[in-house]
Amino acid sequence: MNPPATVELRDVTAVRDGRTVWSGANVRVEQGEFVAVLGPNAGGKSTLIELLLGLLTPAAGSVSVLGAPPGAHGSEIGYLPQRHAFDATTRIRGVDIVRLGLDGNRFGLPLPWRNGHAEKVREAIELVGATAYAARPIGECSGGEQQRLLIARALVSSPELLLLDEPLDSLDLPNQSAVSALVDRIRRERQMAVLLVAHDVNPLLPYVDRVIYIAGGRVLAGPPEQVITSETLSALYDTPIEVLRTSDGRLVVVGLPEAPAHHSDRHAHP
Amino acid sequence: MSLFAYPFMVQALEAGTIVAVMAAVTGWFVVLRRQTFAGHALSVMSFPGASAAALAGLPLPLGYFTACVVAAAAISAGSRTQDRRNFAQESAVIGTVQVVGFALGFLFLSLYGGVLEDLESLLFGSFLGITATQVVVLLGIAVATLAFFAVAGRPLLFASIDDLVARAEGVPVRLLEVAFLLVLGLAVAATAQITGVLLVFALLVAPAAAAQRFTTRIGPGIALSVVIALAVTWSGLALSYYTDYSVGFFVTSFAFAIYLVARVSSALAPRLAPAPA
Repeated sequence: MNPPATVELRDVTAVRDGRTVWSGANVRVEQGEFVAVLGPNAGGKSTLIELLLGLLTPAAGSVSVLGAPPGAHGSEIGYLPQRHAFDATTRIRGVDIVRLGLDGNRFGLPLPWRNGHAEKVREAIELVGATAYAARPIGECSGGEQQRLLIARALVSSPELLLLDEPLDSLDLPNQSAVSALVDRIRRERQMAVLLVAHDVNPLLPYVDRVIYIAGGRVLAGPPEQVITSETLSALYDTPIEVLRTSDGRLVVVGLPEAPAHHSDRHAHP
Repeated sequence: MSLFAYPFMVQALEAGTIVAVMAAVTGWFVVLRRQTFAGHALSVMSFPGASAAALAGLPLPLGYFTACVVAAAAISAGSRTQDRRNFAQESAVIGTVQVVGFALGFLFLSLYGGVLEDLESLLFGSFLGITATQVVVLLGIAVATLAFFAVAGRPLLFASIDDLVARAEGVPVRLLEVAFLLVLGLAVAATAQITGVLLVFALLVAPAAAAQRFTTRIGPGIALSVVIALAVTWSGLALSYYTDYSVGFFVTSFAFAIYLVARVSSALAPRLAPAPA
């Protein structure tokens, strides 16, 4: 028998506050796969993450995570939410924040002699290359440094699945590439599947096995060369969209209806 | 005359020690969670609390402990949107609760028709009136408060730093946030018995804020906060005993001085080499 998929959605409908966000989603993510979750703002990318965490229950269909219903996975899933940066007044060391990923949910006095923890924290920090600044207050770290420390926290419990919600957001281009490469290296070394929500697929293109495109109330999953094409995206958005490939291999998606449609009408009828 | 010559002074020192430890630990989380304003509003609640108790003929401390807890519950209930703490809304709710507290205090006081006894010691603190019973009550509150932090401190820290991830990892974030405000209400009411209502931050915020300047480590930071609070309380009580000025004045002055030193030294000192983890 095949091992169960790391993530499996069958005909799932996601409803939030009485509004259907998307429906008819069929997604399968295998062990160790790197998956980019793409699509316009407010299209329901974070909703997918919340379903997988069990923070939202599907209105229809079935969701399975690591062979079980979502929720109650605790340390088997590493999660990094969409966030704004810690400001300079957060005077907690990076290393302490990473450690919360290991035992932050445990009640009771933290006992210093119950160890092995310090070793795991050190390893995770080393893996993301944050050793040099892990003892500094996290508020004094740069955006890229904070992001690496938060990734370390997500992976310190050795999860089988990492859910990263827009970790590249607010990073400059070199840092976007560096963090993408880092996530790829980690998932290979640690054998974990990664779902990474992003705006732009380009920094991720060299690494992803699969993309999940969420737009217009629908969810499409497949290898990037099949999904990010003019035909597929035009059908998904129900409007003509062109995917161009630049000479250095980057994909450019043209014609996305991100701006409200009436915006151009205003110019037509002054 | 020795500091320990009179029983009332020994009781004051006992009460001060208990309150300092409790306020310093609670305050470390107040500063981390940026809930200083909530602490202030809760301290103000002793006014309606005490005047309501006077009106009803009950002991004044019972009045302000009750008022603090009720206000804490109101603040935590009113400051959430989509089941998350909403900072902007929280400060508006706190401001509203605070002003309602003042208005009710005025109403109860007018209905009572008398003058609140010892208004000055209610506002600025006193060590003269502390009874042996009060020490026992404070000790009970402190033990409960510290037990809360011993058991729930780590998940509370997680919830304070990153509520979304904490919730995904199974931390009961909402429950902890409500519980923390209730504990804060108790701690504020207890601290006010030494420092007075207007000066609770001398023990509740200043030592913790200074400690967080001196160290970013969690355990040592909380410990340092306690040491500072104890130092300012003991020296404040001693000076008050020998000079007859209010204890709240001395405690506040010392706490402010230490906070100032912390700010200046962290601004001046070139960043020390990060200590190994």
